[in-house]
Amino acid sequence: MNEVAHHPLLNLPYRLITAVGSLILRYLREWIQFIEFLKEILVWSIKPPYRWSLLLSQMEYIGNQSMIILIGGGIAVGAVFGLQIGSIFRVFSAESMMGAVTGKALCQEIAPLVTTILITGRAGAAMAAEIATMRVNEQVDAMEAMAVDPISYLVVPRFLASLVILPLLCAVFIFVGVIGSYIAGHFLFNIDEGMFMQKITTLVETKDIWRGISKAFAFSGLMTAICCRAGLRASGGAKGVGIATTNAVVSTLLAVLAVDVVMTYFQVIW
Amino acid sequence: MSYIIEFKHVSKSFGRHKVLDELDLQIPKGRITFILGKSGEGKSVTIKHIMGLLKPDEGRIIVNGVDITDYTIEQLRDYRKGFGMLFQNAALFDSMSVGENVLFPLIEHQRDKMSIMLERVEEVLTQVGLPNTQHKYPPELSTGQRKRVGLARALVTRPKIILYDEPTTGMDPLVSEMIDSLIVQLSREEQDLTSIVISHDIKAALATGENLLFLYKGKLALGGPPKAFKESTDPVVRQFFAGRVEGPMEFF
Repeated sequence: MNEVAHHPLLNLPYRLITAVGSLILRYLREWIQFIEFLKEILVWSIKPPYRWSLLLSQMEYIGNQSMIILIGGGIAVGAVFGLQIGSIFRVFSAESMMGAVTGKALCQEIAPLVTTILITGRAGAAMAAEIATMRVNEQVDAMEAMAVDPISYLVVPRFLASLVILPLLCAVFIFVGVIGSYIAGHFLFNIDEGMFMQKITTLVETKDIWRGISKAFAFSGLMTAICCRAGLRASGGAKGVGIATTNAVVSTLLAVLAVDVVMTYFQVIW
Repeated sequence: MSYIIEFKHVSKSFGRHKVLDELDLQIPKGRITFILGKSGEGKSVTIKHIMGLLKPDEGRIIVNGVDITDYTIEQLRDYRKGFGMLFQNAALFDSMSVGENVLFPLIEHQRDKMSIMLERVEEVLTQVGLPNTQHKYPPELSTGQRKRVGLARALVTRPKIILYDEPTTGMDPLVSEMIDSLIVQLSREEQDLTSIVISHDIKAALATGENLLFLYKGKLALGGPPKAFKESTDPVVRQFFAGRVEGPMEFF
């Protein structure tokens, strides 16, 4: 009887349920811990000490030093998107709408998403790697031993800097994206400059820009929290730093895409 | 003799592994205490309990006559300001110069005039034999120099307790000797300074330690002055101090 009950095939549903259950529990626990981490960041963001010099240096690192990548990326994305849209609209002799459609797509979706992806690859990965290195080299422990909270010192300046800078970078991306789209439209589809601008101002509303900026704001907080948390949880030497950095980038991209779906849904139905 | 730190029946487990098993120990004030034991016997766990970085599963920890076992995070942050700690690899911040590293705890906690703080930085760097090195960065320093900068950073806030986590592990004999001499020198110079050293270095412990604590199987196997260890007939103590593989001591 006992042998029958322990037969692998009979045990299969039980093992499956246990595996799925423990997976769900693990993810739930992860989410609860992440929300607690976010709460701690928010508490330290309003509580002294205020580290202005660290905040400014992070703003300079995330913003100023990312500008060339962002401008290059923005022009390329705007031009490519403009080309694709223009070639479709040409079928209906509606090439003049190209700028307006590209502008709307850039504002609402492309700019916040691509800006976050670019900044995650550049600044987010660097945040995770730097903090992870500090963790495995006992520098974070040293900080705690000196009665300095690592969240207050390492995470909060990066978090606040991202919240300020990423929406601004998103606005820059929209601007250069539209320029890229104009270059493609003007040289390949002979679209008149006045027509291009007139269609954009007719179709693209201020709320479209705000939708994009608000997405960039939400993504920036998410990116910094995920990357810094991955760094702080690193262990096990150089390999641990690599794992933490990879986890940080992959988790940020997945989380940003998930939040993008939710935000887009609410923005569209409202 | 007055004790600055007391462990009363402290137990700590990680999963099924019990690292500290109803540990009772006392650390005298103003002395150099060495905590000895083979790897995995709970030396670092003991030091982390003293710093409030770990909470015991059972038992109480008394520091300066105050029970710190149930301190909140905020209380622990204030409590840790009274400590200095030298990490095994010095744990200097790579992005900061030597001067900024040593200045760090002062900027975070004391917020005096910058000129006063910089003077103090120069003073402790001179004390550890590294004057005029403020502008250098950690990668430019040798291992021994990094250790001494770590020591300067631990000393700069004038703590009453300094913890040394394996200060001479992986060092050549000359640097080891120099660090040991510094520990003794600082203990003589700073009044009431309690030094707690985690070490495997039996020779240094017998030469510089005023009080030795030997941990085995999560308990205090023997505690007392070096003389007590030299005269001990306990087979485990004898095996450890002789550095023999054969004997009653279990290896994992």
